[in-house]
Amino acid sequence: MDVLLPRTLPEALEMKAARPDARPIAGGTDVMVEINFGHARPAAIIDVSRLPELAMLRREDGFIHVGAGVTYTRLIRELDDLGPMTQAARTVGSPQIRHRGTLGGNLGTASPAGDALPVLAAYDATVEVASAARGSRRISWNEFLVGPKRTALQPDELILGASWRAVRGAGSFSKVGTRNAMVIAVVGLCLVLDADRQQVRVALGSVGPTILRATEAEHFARGVLERGRSISPEELDEFGTLVAGAARPIDDVRGTASYRRLACAVLARRALSWALAERC
Amino acid sequence: MLIRLNVNGRPHEADVWEGTSLLGLLRDGLHLFGTKNACEQGECGSCSVWLDGEVVCSCLVLAAQASGRDVRTVEGLAENGEMSYVQRAFVEAGAVQCGFCTPGLVVAVTDLLARDPHPTDEVIREELSGNLCRCTGYQKIIDAVNLAAERRPSL
Repeated sequence: MDVLLPRTLPEALEMKAARPDARPIAGGTDVMVEINFGHARPAAIIDVSRLPELAMLRREDGFIHVGAGVTYTRLIRELDDLGPMTQAARTVGSPQIRHRGTLGGNLGTASPAGDALPVLAAYDATVEVASAARGSRRISWNEFLVGPKRTALQPDELILGASWRAVRGAGSFSKVGTRNAMVIAVVGLCLVLDADRQQVRVALGSVGPTILRATEAEHFARGVLERGRSISPEELDEFGTLVAGAARPIDDVRGTASYRRLACAVLARRALSWALAERC
Repeated sequence: MLIRLNVNGRPHEADVWEGTSLLGLLRDGLHLFGTKNACEQGECGSCSVWLDGEVVCSCLVLAAQASGRDVRTVEGLAENGEMSYVQRAFVEAGAVQCGFCTPGLVVAVTDLLARDPHPTDEVIREELSGNLCRCTGYQKIIDAVNLAAERRPSL
């Protein structure tokens, strides 16, 4: 096993081009588990945790840009807004895990249970990747996440980060699991009320091969809100049912498909109620 | 591969397999056995150490990622053979049964009290959520944190 230790992004991209089989490692919260258990023996590992270019987090021109190397601890500390991304970051692992785990790792691993991913989906985030040969390119989140643990990243590319338009309006991330900490989501849901675009966007994690948007439910909620009155209990139920209908869950060790559908409806109703209460 | 790093304020080096974790380097390379190896997947916190001042699970850090950096382990807490105030509080509160989780908890609690000298029980539970104890039922650990908070030496 070769360990590559680049100090800058250009150096890292050159190394990745020369060794496309090198597995990137940042916080190690996924990669090291595989190595420790002998499930992975990559021919090479490239440590991207020291690249200053991946460590930036900034707000600019109404957008939020988060480098792939930004940890969950930094997201909580530096976003400092109690918004959905902060909430999602707070549910990741434990303090020790949040000190190491990165947004780029969540994207690279592309687990359907990645806690930050429903938030990126609800924000319609863009993922930026780069290679030495072709420079950088930007891909929408849904083109980047192509399946369970599968992404559109090419072998010579590295993930630079993600960015999204700063949304004016309420929103939340909620998650069902067997305890509050150290839990892999059975269901994760992010709802964003976008006041500028008059949209409600809902994204689901852990209930399909990848992150899913509940577009029918989004249209329904938008219609109700456009009529400019508060939502009725029946409409809230209908919204929950539509969100559950967007899920494509399976039975696995963490929960059954039917439980996951039920949980989607419950979380969706709660999330929309919270967002509307905050709006009033 | 040869890894050079600072551990508890002193330079060390160890020749380890490329896929070795920082935990493996500390235990097998440097024979610092205070940092415990249990789950090897970041679930239990018994391998908690400081890496450049931040508490991490050393099982999830590739040893090479720690090269040139500052690591502080539970062995770095006692001074001149005297237990630290957190270690004493664990003993006095009876927060130790089998003791396997204790080094990781002592590290996590020392870090917590340095940032938040008087944490509420809710904060303590949240901050220690990455450290599993299968014996005590946690109440005595929380008692130990409160006792340590009372006795924390002023810096």
